Amino acid sequence: MKHTITLNVDNQPGVLARIVGLISGRGYNIETLNVGPTQDPNVSRMTMQVPGDDRVLEQVTRQLAKLVDVRSVNDLTQRRFINRELLLIKVAAPRERRSEIMELVGLFEGKIIAVRSADMVIQVAGDRDKLHALLALLEPLGVLDLARTGGIAIETENHNGADDEE
Amino acid sequence: MRTGAQCIIDGLQQAGVDRLFGIPGGTVLDIFELLYHAPIGFVLARHEQGAVHMADGYARASGLTGACIVTSGPGATNAVTGLATANMDGVPLVCIAGQVPSHMIGNDAFQEADTTGMTRGITKHNYLVRDVDELPRIMCEAFRLAADGKPGPVLIDVPKDIQRAQTAAVCDGKTGVRGSKPLPDCEAAVDALAEAIKRARKPVLFVGGGVIAGDAAAELQAVAQRARIPVTTTLMGLGAFPETDPLSLRMLGMHGSVAANRAVSACDLLISVGARFDDRVTGKIDQFAPNAVIAHIDIDPSAISKSVPVRIPVVGHVKTVLTRLLERLEPVTQREWLNEVAAWQKEYPFAYQNEDGKLASQYVIESVYHATDGKAAIVTDVGQHQMWAAHYYKYSQPRSFISSGGLGTMGFGLPAAIGAQFACPDRTVVLIAGDGSIQMNFQELVVAVEHRLPINVVVLNNGHLGMVRQWQEMFYRREYSATRLGQGERGKNERIVVHEKDRYLPDFVKLAEAHGAFATRVDAPEALPGALRDAIAADGPALVECMVKPEENVYPMVPPGASLIEMVHSMA
Ligand SMILES: Cc1ncc(C[n+]2csc(CCOP(=O)(O)OP(=O)(O)O)c2C)c(N)n1
Repeated sequence: MKHTITLNVDNQPGVLARIVGLISGRGYNIETLNVGPTQDPNVSRMTMQVPGDDRVLEQVTRQLAKLVDVRSVNDLTQRRFINRELLLIKVAAPRERRSEIMELVGLFEGKIIAVRSADMVIQVAGDRDKLHALLALLEPLGVLDLARTGGIAIETENHNGADDEE
Repeated sequence: MRTGAQCIIDGLQQAGVDRLFGIPGGTVLDIFELLYHAPIGFVLARHEQGAVHMADGYARASGLTGACIVTSGPGATNAVTGLATANMDGVPLVCIAGQVPSHMIGNDAFQEADTTGMTRGITKHNYLVRDVDELPRIMCEAFRLAADGKPGPVLIDVPKDIQRAQTAAVCDGKTGVRGSKPLPDCEAAVDALAEAIKRARKPVLFVGGGVIAGDAAAELQAVAQRARIPVTTTLMGLGAFPETDPLSLRMLGMHGSVAANRAVSACDLLISVGARFDDRVTGKIDQFAPNAVIAHIDIDPSAISKSVPVRIPVVGHVKTVLTRLLERLEPVTQREWLNEVAAWQKEYPFAYQNEDGKLASQYVIESVYHATDGKAAIVTDVGQHQMWAAHYYKYSQPRSFISSGGLGTMGFGLPAAIGAQFACPDRTVVLIAGDGSIQMNFQELVVAVEHRLPINVVVLNNGHLGMVRQWQEMFYRREYSATRLGQGERGKNERIVVHEKDRYLPDFVKLAEAHGAFATRVDAPEALPGALRDAIAADGPALVECMVKPEENVYPMVPPGASLIEMVHSMA
């Protein structure tokens, strides 16, 4: 099962290596990984998606929690959360296909952020399924390059268990 | 203003360090300059692995945090085995490593190694100091982390320019100092455990090194006695419960006693206290304690259910948990279960062949037991002799058995014994070593000589890498590939042309004497008690080389992959 794990960690050199080492040392592959600042300059937020056995990942999560630089760890897998990813994609776009592409991008609430004579760069944000669907439609047109941020996630459930989003 | 080097010295003193083990080098010269005048006893090891094992032995024997210092590059790489050894057994120590100047890091500078990268997986935590202002806090934090929660080694990598830089920063031991995470409240879990004990008919206490590290042996004994629960320990738990007590089942696991392994296999409640369910202990994991509800008391939340599913997890300080548990237990007078257990204890004590008039390793350990009234601190190396030291010496005090359990590091013994003797100058320290292991780090004997440490080194010379030879005999068709150390007969793959049949290679007696120690060789059982007496009486280190039977095996044994009840008692 795929696990979405978020961590708040001290913004220190070596933290990333420590965390990645702990997970990859168990033979697990981190599928996506995102690190960014938070409102506290001393703290960074990491989000990662790791497919693997539930029991082992629970243990890995507990080991992560033990690391000195890790302030908190949350495995969101069994909870309500929103997961978003940003995709930048360069597709072949000869004049005659441009309108078709623009229509698709519009449908997916994306944006065309660069146009050149033979290609365009598209930006789309969304959950995994949405990005997959768009990619499947763009593939036949010729994907020249692609970059994805990997998911970032936030929990939506309040402490009382009620959710007020989505 | 202080220099970084001064911050290190002050940090060591603030942490109460009175012995520092290590070897100098280019990147730690500024620290050694100050050490020359500091009120800290310095112990010059002869190899950095030795220095770390000394700090480790010092910590295991005393319960204090050990401290050591090494230079960059080869100094740090030599320290790696020592750190990994301490990490596996949860031993608190702080290692200071020199590093090339900050601006040269990453340039393949002279004696540069990526020390923090190398030690990340084998320390509890490590630091590369980038700013001298952080050094005072890091020194406080390192000592706090090493000892806090589940203890472990912490390494501080300090570039040379940081040691020379000036700072006004100070650390009061609190502000900004991180420690282990707070533990959840364990009241409800203790209630559940007390309830389970009340209901159980066949309970067993399964005790690991956590009880010794957590200073909870007295509480454990009180719990066991009040509820009349038999106790088995892991190798690391030896000494947590007196093995002379009828409730002691002795050690369990691959080379455990029949009584311990049967009791664990038959029990209906297994209470693990500070043990980590190592695979050498559990045997085939899905048949471990198959009839039992498993309770696990541990300070480390990530230890729970790591390899065996735990029904009653109790996360907390072992000492606190056991104290609270004791309050909730009704005294029990007798249990049917104890009769069952006693029958196994009686029928299957640890036993060996001793009628042939030859010197048996097991007899040597028994003799050491008698010669020291069972009160010595026994240090071991790794191999058969380590298991025999566990079987034939009965431990009744915590910190009496010092051994590399988790990593199984040959060469640990001699430097660890030196560290232990520094920690406990008045205790009799006996190292039980194999002829293979003692050759790794023999150089440290000089340290014992120059400091006049009265350690007693008993070398069980069986002419083999015995434990590996045993596995070859039992599981690899008796093809003794590279396990013979004796000169008479060697593996054909070694292509040794002339066999030096009649020579000792090395001659441990001469070798010890060359290092300045007192030494004797014993070939016959009758000569042993006297030789041990002389060694113990000697002023300074003594080595007793025991020419023991060459092809003895450690029994009983649970073959790898088998369950604990499938014990082998002989090769027949
Ligand atoms: C550093 C290291 N290298 C190799 C091993 C593998 N090993 C385990 S026991 C053993 C033999 C130990 O021989 P010796 O010290 O003579 O003890 P004996 O088993 O004969 O009592 C070896 C080679 C080890 N544990 N540690």
